[in-house]
Amino acid sequence: MDEKTKGIIIAAQGNLVTVRFDGTIRQNEVVFVKTGGQSLKGEVIEINGNEAKVQIFEPTDGIRYGDEVVFEKDLLSVELGPGLLKRVFDGLQNPLEDIAEAAGYFLKRGIYLPPLPRNIKWQWNPTAKVGDVVYRAYFLGWVPEENIKHQIMVPFNFIGKGVVKSIAAPGEYTVEQEIATIEDEKGNVRSVNMINMWPAKFALRFGERLLPTEQLVTSQRIIDGPFPVAKGGTFCTPGPFGAGKTVLQHQISKHATTQIVIIVACGERAGEVVEILREFPHLDDPQTGKKLMDRTCIICNTSSMPVAARESSIYMGVAIAEYYRQMGIDCLLLADSTSRWAQALREMSGRLEEIPGEEAFPAYLASRISELYERAGVIKLYNGEQGSLTIGGSVSPAGGNFEEPVTLSTLAVVGCFLGLSRQRSDARRFPAIDPLISWSKYGERFAAHGDETMKTRLKIIEKAQKMIIESDEIGKKMSVVGEEGISIDDIVTYLKGEFYDAVYLQQNAYDKVDTATSMDRQNEQLGIISKVLDKNFKFDDREKARNYFLDLTDKIIQLNYLPREASIYGEKKQEILNMIEGE
Amino acid sequence: MVKTYNRIERIKGSIAQVKAEGVMLGELAQIKMSDGRSTLGQVIGFNGDRVSLQIFAGTKGVGTGDQIRFLSKPMQVNCGESMLGRVFNGSGEPIDNGPEIMAEKVDIGGPSFNPSKRIVPKRFVRTNIPMIDMFNALVISQKIPIFSISGEPYNELLARIASQTDADIIILGGMGLKFDDYQFFKDYFTRTGAMEKTSMFIHLASDPVVECVLVPDMALAAAEQFAIKDKNVLVLLTDMTSFSDSLKEISISMDMVPSNRGYPGSLYSDLASRYEKAVDIEGSGSITIIAVTTMPGNDVTHPVPDNTGYITEGQFYLHGGRIDPFGSLSRLKQQVMGKVTREDHGDLANAMIRLYADAKKARDRESMGFRLSGWDKKLLAYAETFEKKMMDLQVNLDIEEQLDLGWTILAQCFDRNETGLKNTWIEKYGKWDK
Ligand SMILES: Nc1ncnc2c1ncn2[C@@H]1O[C@H](COP(=O)(O)OP(=O)(O)O)[C@@H](O)[C@H]1O
Ligand SMILES: [Mg+2]
Repeated sequence: MDEKTKGIIIAAQGNLVTVRFDGTIRQNEVVFVKTGGQSLKGEVIEINGNEAKVQIFEPTDGIRYGDEVVFEKDLLSVELGPGLLKRVFDGLQNPLEDIAEAAGYFLKRGIYLPPLPRNIKWQWNPTAKVGDVVYRAYFLGWVPEENIKHQIMVPFNFIGKGVVKSIAAPGEYTVEQEIATIEDEKGNVRSVNMINMWPAKFALRFGERLLPTEQLVTSQRIIDGPFPVAKGGTFCTPGPFGAGKTVLQHQISKHATTQIVIIVACGERAGEVVEILREFPHLDDPQTGKKLMDRTCIICNTSSMPVAARESSIYMGVAIAEYYRQMGIDCLLLADSTSRWAQALREMSGRLEEIPGEEAFPAYLASRISELYERAGVIKLYNGEQGSLTIGGSVSPAGGNFEEPVTLSTLAVVGCFLGLSRQRSDARRFPAIDPLISWSKYGERFAAHGDETMKTRLKIIEKAQKMIIESDEIGKKMSVVGEEGISIDDIVTYLKGEFYDAVYLQQNAYDKVDTATSMDRQNEQLGIISKVLDKNFKFDDREKARNYFLDLTDKIIQLNYLPREASIYGEKKQEILNMIEGE
Repeated sequence: MVKTYNRIERIKGSIAQVKAEGVMLGELAQIKMSDGRSTLGQVIGFNGDRVSLQIFAGTKGVGTGDQIRFLSKPMQVNCGESMLGRVFNGSGEPIDNGPEIMAEKVDIGGPSFNPSKRIVPKRFVRTNIPMIDMFNALVISQKIPIFSISGEPYNELLARIASQTDADIIILGGMGLKFDDYQFFKDYFTRTGAMEKTSMFIHLASDPVVECVLVPDMALAAAEQFAIKDKNVLVLLTDMTSFSDSLKEISISMDMVPSNRGYPGSLYSDLASRYEKAVDIEGSGSITIIAVTTMPGNDVTHPVPDNTGYITEGQFYLHGGRIDPFGSLSRLKQQVMGKVTREDHGDLANAMIRLYADAKKARDRESMGFRLSGWDKKLLAYAETFEKKMMDLQVNLDIEEQLDLGWTILAQCFDRNETGLKNTWIEKYGKWDK
């Protein structure tokens, strides 16, 4: 090993320091600043002659002129292997629970612990054989991690063709023990263990990209219905404060039909992560019967944690999700909020005195956002298996106004826009996704690839969506000219729209039945709704029409709160059908 | 070894540049001016041997030959019992003519709480104010602002909360306070006896801006020391818009590129790092933060209330001298309502607000000259009673009394089948004649 490059601090301001170095370094290389007996992690972000600008990921108090700096050669990397699930990491992949054990209540700076547990022994099941020809990301064998077959892969930085020279016998191994040796084309034999490293800011993707055509069921009706998300697709949820972005993300993280969920709590309240931490270990995952926490990994760099690490937190999360995708697994990454990540970019750009763009965001904001969402997708692995990564980001626009750089740049790249509005949250119409502004580009694709059930479903939804738009227009007219100025037919259309909104689009996150609706049940609900939308009602007067719809709406909402297994479910449903037929 | 320098090379805004060696980022320095005054400053950056100092008292009158002594320690705050009953300025110096404090000192702006050590908060905070306890209950470790405009009695409300709550310790951070308001707090706390458990950090409107920015850090660092020693601390911060404006002034004078209406791009993080000090420490003490955020132009989309809204756990709107039940929200209320408090709490509160909303519509109909139905008239009478007996900020009742009062008002204004409340509650708690 050649010597690490060293340098000294010659200037500092905030978390940006200037280092004079002697030797060779590279852009985005990790450095450690030695100050007052501590080592602080940083990253090179600008190089000029023999001076480098370095952003420090920790509070910088106490740094002096002349403090020693060591350049580590590696780019900011994520450590991959078994033992990521059920865990909570900060934006630099420090395991927060282990840190608490080592340092107590507060996040003292300069403490770095290995992300993967070193003491756990994993049950190793080799699948590769001596003499097999392999390339990077090929499977060598697997270990069971919670509910998944965690594939141990040929190191991602293995170049060219390799031949398996030896493979460890089945048994128990820690992540650091050798499980195989592989000879490369030059004849060098490399020892392989279960740890794979990857530079977090680069896309981790080995395989062929495919178009996402399968639906990711979220169990949230307003999403699965009019604004569906694809496995391997992207979506965003912009909205003003208090509109319900976080509740929505939590709902999706609990109920989405996916194998792995990575939650990135990026610059928001720590209290919200605590809810997940305390709740998920006790909630059942309906797909597997195990606990929700078993399929979850949390990256937690909340608002009072260092801003520079907030930038890396999203990349850490994405790289971990990509890693699992590489095993042929469906993954979902949820980031709350990407605006805080963009603000971290802005703060650093400001310190580097770059020429600011709109609202002082750097000019490269749009390209960073698109690079991020581009890391989602479906891939076909070398062995024909498929994995997917879906990315959903919440956006927190200033003043709730979507005409701002982060929202606009995000809308330009995602496949589905779920816009939350203050109006709907004030009216307590939750989830406050506005059906008049939201869109999804995936619906059409599902129509083309789906079966008959899917096609019927999409037709009803399309019809209902038209009704919502008409209903809204009539509603607006009504607020100007009063109810008297509107024909009774229009009133009925208005009421039909409101009805669909109330019984299907709105969903009570805090009711234990209504909180999640399976696809099957959604189809049943849509069947009833379709009957109502199609029916040509004749009412004597407006009052009667109103009362009828009020009553019908209430009955269906009550039905939504009933489990389908309940003994009175069938009876109640029949009552409703009679009410629709009978009118 | 403390070194002294006496060559200031550059002065701009609140920053002075001096040639010095071996200084640390964040280190304090003392500046002795030629007119005998002395102030503190903090190292905010260095480039070679050129050190930038932020001068707490501002650079007015600072001379190029003034003496600068580096103190080898960061900004600290006194902590412990001897702080109680005392008043300090933004630099932490006593301003109440009391004796100098001889106590342990801790660094301000310390590290943040490990999220994995946090617990789900569920301890009820009693303020004895119905518009809070009954309709938007507060929970220990909550951080919540009062959104208001100048002229509204937000400081009276803070003082009232402080005096009526059962917090062990109260820390008041005043930023940009008018002298009258400062005197008001002092008198009020002295009169109600709360002063004995209170410590104040006061920046007056006429004081230097840098000291304004220090106030929340001083207040919260002091609070944290009490909290880890098992005390439940209530921190009051007024007015966080002054704090933000001071940040703006300083960042502009340092030629930083502003992001929105002149505020620095870091405003969100600057506010969040303070508010996130709120915490409930398992098996120990806690910090709860109630802040005032005045909204310039009564505009909630202004950067200060907007960023605050994203950070805090709900908000109270104070206008017309009352807490508005619409728009005000405690995001943590469901942790305690009906769980820690009486079982009928949640349903009763919802029913009362729903009826009040209906009453508002009836009022609109009245003002538009429509004829009112019998029901409308009932609603109007209810609204009047509700406003007088519940919304008035002077009302001081504990939560059990508030709930009973709620039922009494409903019984006065409506028949027992008109409230939409569950029969089980009506039978158990209703105040109608049997
Ligand atoms: N689906 C929902 N059902 C009921 N209430 C909701 C729902 N979503 C949000 N809320 C209410 O809105 C509040 C704010 O939601 P939150 O997700 O924290 O907002 P944001 O993240 O957009 O600031 C919650 O505390 C809750 O009271
Ligand atoms: Mg949120």
